[in-house]
Amino acid sequence: MRNVWIICRKELRSYFASPIAYLLLALFAIVFGFFFWNVVGYFVYAGMEAQMRGSTFPLNVNEQVIRPLVSNVSVIGLFLIPMITMRLFAEEKRNGTIELLVTSPIRDSEVILGKWLAAVVLYGGMLLLTALNFSWLFRYGNPDWKPLLIAYLGLLLQAGALLAIGTFISTLTRNQIIAGAATFAVCLLLWVLEWVSGYETATYARVMAYLSVLTHFESFAKGLLSIKDAVYYLSAIVLGLFLTARSLESLRWRS
Amino acid sequence: MIIVTELTKRYARNTAVDHISFTVEKGQIVGFLGPNGAGKTTTMRMLTGFLPPTAGRATVAGFDVLDKPLEVKRRIGYLPETPPLYLEMRTTEYLEFVGRIKGLRTPELAQRVNYVLDRCAVADVRDKVIGKLSKGYRQRVGLAQAIIHNPDVLILDEPTAGLDPKQINETRDLIRSLAGDHTIILSTHILPEVEQTCEQVIIINKGKLVATDSVSNLQSRARGTSSVLVEIAARAGALDVETASRRLEKIPGVSRVVFKETRDNLSTFEVEGKSDRAMRGELARAIVESGWDLNELRAAAVSLEEIFLELTSSDEQKSSSARATEKELETVATDGGQS
Repeated sequence: MRNVWIICRKELRSYFASPIAYLLLALFAIVFGFFFWNVVGYFVYAGMEAQMRGSTFPLNVNEQVIRPLVSNVSVIGLFLIPMITMRLFAEEKRNGTIELLVTSPIRDSEVILGKWLAAVVLYGGMLLLTALNFSWLFRYGNPDWKPLLIAYLGLLLQAGALLAIGTFISTLTRNQIIAGAATFAVCLLLWVLEWVSGYETATYARVMAYLSVLTHFESFAKGLLSIKDAVYYLSAIVLGLFLTARSLESLRWRS
Repeated sequence: MIIVTELTKRYARNTAVDHISFTVEKGQIVGFLGPNGAGKTTTMRMLTGFLPPTAGRATVAGFDVLDKPLEVKRRIGYLPETPPLYLEMRTTEYLEFVGRIKGLRTPELAQRVNYVLDRCAVADVRDKVIGKLSKGYRQRVGLAQAIIHNPDVLILDEPTAGLDPKQINETRDLIRSLAGDHTIILSTHILPEVEQTCEQVIIINKGKLVATDSVSNLQSRARGTSSVLVEIAARAGALDVETASRRLEKIPGVSRVVFKETRDNLSTFEVEGKSDRAMRGELARAIVESGWDLNELRAAAVSLEEIFLELTSSDEQKSSSARATEKELETVATDGGQS
């Protein structure tokens, strides 16, 4: 456990020693800021219109602001996750520092967990930025905070799964661009797999829809803690990290 | 300290290391010599646990590299051919990180970092970003990294490759000074390096062990004899080279006499014989008794170079490999020539 923390801290340090972390955080803050402004603006407009029409239709901050926004967060994450994970192993392989890690008295699993954890922490840092925006909703409105917390949990789980897959892909190449592009493609596919269920109900379509990361996020976005979906994400994390471990091992047999 | 038995590494198409066996005693400094692509790096990687062997065993400090990898890794300091540096880190930061993953705890960490900074002469760049350091400094930071946890065994893969002559000297001095505390294996294809730094030498070629012996033994073993250079002059007039040669050949123990040159009335002969010490006395006596002046008598050192070429080039590829090695030696001579 101590070694996991050492690796994690080193990874975080190199994220923040280079412009990567700041750039990702800033890009995320800008894009999410725009989404937030847009959604809240529309909500205020809809509220005023409803008032003018004398409609008693209840406006709900949780339903109409927070829920679409957390879905937006996960979309932005889709773009940023490859940029977080692409360097994790590809850079070590290119610089030859992988030889240092592998010949040190630490286990592969500790290296992998440490790196993955650092990626999750960086992603968590982005989520913290959204908390800044959301806090305004609590300042001027009265939304329920529990669904938001569950949505955050869902975001972390979803990102954890995609980050684990990205970590695995990063072990396959020495080239960061290739790792990033491949991770993006895989994440995007996992995202849109669900579309099949729109016109097809055969078993294969249901399986594909089940495999999609989007399907399992719906309940979290609504603020419902679904064990089934949490298990999906957790098993995706385990699978991703397991593949990383196997890939790292095979690296030695091949190289 | 290190016992290697029948170690083999096979890849799909070729065998990189083929049944190599050797042992290294504690505190020794051993040169791992071979032309490029001979399997030096592969062997070292198997010792460090980076590559698993296909067959055979290797133990370090009594621990098998396959069964007890963590125990072995705790006792090995490893400097790969390109130092494994995180270019965005500062020197101390990097050494602290390596110290931690090698198992050092916080109380001793700062003290060890300071020690290796001094030991490897990198204290003046302790707060510099590694990416901005020169090659020589990077190499020394790499060495500092290898000794941070005070390992029993140091494995250095071509530690002087790519350095300038001054840096090569400094690095060799540093390695020699580390020999007391650590058992060192260093690989190189540069011969003077082995002659200068190592006590033992292991020569491999094409994955096979060619020779393993002490540097001095190997030098005499290569010819099975030792040779002596004598410089003699006649008391009056010019020396008759023919007579002198014949006279020297008659001395017991001498197997061959080669006339080298005559300069300023001094003639030099190379005399080969069985045992150096006994033969020299006989030589001196014979020369004086013949009425010549003995100007100089010294042992002609057989350079490892010749041995190396002799051992590593099989007949059918002698010329090509010799040419390749000569080329390497030339480059060494031009950029490293300080032997």
